[in-house]
Amino acid sequence: MINRVPVALLSCGSFNPITNMHMRMFELARDHLHQTGLYNVIKGIISPVNDRYGKEGLVAAKHRVAMIQRALETSDWITLEPWESQQEQWVETVMVLRHHYNALFHQCQAMSGTSLESTKTLKQKYNVDSPNAQSVLQAMLQEMTEEASSTLRAQSHDSSTHVASAKTYTLVGPDSQLDRVTGIEEHITATVVEVVPRLKLLCGADVLKTFDIPNLWKHEHIEEIVQKFGLVCISRGDVDLQKFIDESNILFKHRRNIHVVREWVVNDISATHIRRALRKGHSVKYLLPESVIDYIQQHNMYTA
Amino acid sequence: KSLLRHACKPVMEEASCRTEVVLLACGSFNPITNMHLRMFELARDYLHETGKYTVIKGIISPVGDGYKKKGLIEAEYRLAMVKMATESSDWVTLSSWESQQEEWVETAKVLRYHYENLENLSNNEKKNATHRKKAKKRKIEEKNETSLVAKDAPKLMLLCGADVVESFSIPNLWKKEDIEEIVGRFGVVCISRLGSSVEKCIYESDIIWKFRTNVHLVTEWITNDISATKVRRALRRGQSVKYVIPDSVTEYIQKHSLYDPCSEDKNANVILAPFQRYAK
Repeated sequence: MINRVPVALLSCGSFNPITNMHMRMFELARDHLHQTGLYNVIKGIISPVNDRYGKEGLVAAKHRVAMIQRALETSDWITLEPWESQQEQWVETVMVLRHHYNALFHQCQAMSGTSLESTKTLKQKYNVDSPNAQSVLQAMLQEMTEEASSTLRAQSHDSSTHVASAKTYTLVGPDSQLDRVTGIEEHITATVVEVVPRLKLLCGADVLKTFDIPNLWKHEHIEEIVQKFGLVCISRGDVDLQKFIDESNILFKHRRNIHVVREWVVNDISATHIRRALRKGHSVKYLLPESVIDYIQQHNMYTA
Repeated sequence: KSLLRHACKPVMEEASCRTEVVLLACGSFNPITNMHLRMFELARDYLHETGKYTVIKGIISPVGDGYKKKGLIEAEYRLAMVKMATESSDWVTLSSWESQQEEWVETAKVLRYHYENLENLSNNEKKNATHRKKAKKRKIEEKNETSLVAKDAPKLMLLCGADVVESFSIPNLWKKEDIEEIVGRFGVVCISRLGSSVEKCIYESDIIWKFRTNVHLVTEWITNDISATKVRRALRRGQSVKYVIPDSVTEYIQKHSLYDPCSEDKNANVILAPFQRYAK
């Protein structure tokens, strides 16, 4: 896990309701990126769309948010971010990406600020001139990271400690130049930018193909999404997805930033199908988390 | 519980006109997946909607180790996983009888065994009902009179995927008499996804064609193609199977380190039990 690029995955959509397929996308994407050897996926973010998106049959955000919370009870790395759904109006995907990237950046900055202050105190605590400089250093960095983690937890409402872990990887790797204790301050500042996770948009092949639809996306937005952020796209082995990417100038240009993930479980559990099944009074057990099914029944949702 | 969950359950007055059904699923369950569990839900919804049946029970009967399928891990583990997976179900249960037999048991035999059980249960109930009737004074307009009238044993049907029905045509895998008994005497509920060739299979087999009204084809509109083979492959490769099999089953697999390249090699050079038995 040394020197892997930390990544956070953002999934936008209606989540009307959230299904096992939505959750699977995160798992598939994480496995795929980890197995390239280049990335370390530290966080997943679900951002349900604003009510003002105006999609037919879209139930109130408060319900969609509640169902997502229940679905995420058993996940230790995926979180819910209701920011988008709480805005006054519908928010373009690129703005959601920007917002969450900034949030991640500030979290990292705050953490490093804490670390810089701690270094001074810690230097006094640990005898940095001792012959065991290396192990002293490790202990010091360990303490710093733990402190940074708890600061991060206190600050962020989604209590992610993964950003702190990513930082540890960068600082405590064997090939970091850490034998000179005096260099720590500079090292910390320099690594903030490295350590902010790359935020990538996680989506299905169907979303990618909508880039073609006239007037649905702004051209500059598509460019920013694929260039600045990047895409992780779950496909069912559509042969034409690759073709679609090749035939689009903008996508082809940034193809290295587009990760196509093959879905080995052919899984068509779309929310549309779920709603249709529910209208018919059919069972949806094992297609959504049990807690979400309970919620739907309690609130009499998605009935005919 | 709200009405929604039981939207498909027939109302009390209708229930007595419907045939009671018990669904039996045989297979490796190596491991059990959400797809296996879905089959029961789909079958139940389908049968209820015909207006003719009410499904009262589901039975999962994992095959014995003697089946000698490649990659088949010990029955004790497969049973434990099924037990965990069915904990959240109020009508589907595990049966360990088949896996506890010394040798591999043909599917028709498993059906016969469970049918006998159901018959015995129903006979005992009939005896009890008679005693109760004699002991009780006759009341006019008894609301739940139907519960005093003992019912016949429910219909036992085999629940399976298209692959099983399609395998009926594989030489030396099934005895012809067994196929006849399974479709003729018991009945089959076959779950298949769009585009499967199971109808063609039925058409091309004289035996199945003869009893085609006893073979219920249920289309799985919400494709959920979770083969246990793929699950095992994912586990070997350290890939996530979350939301594909129940969490409790995943934990069990990790705790006991099941499903590695070694386990997949089990029975690699061994002939499958039916082939051994029939190809003589």
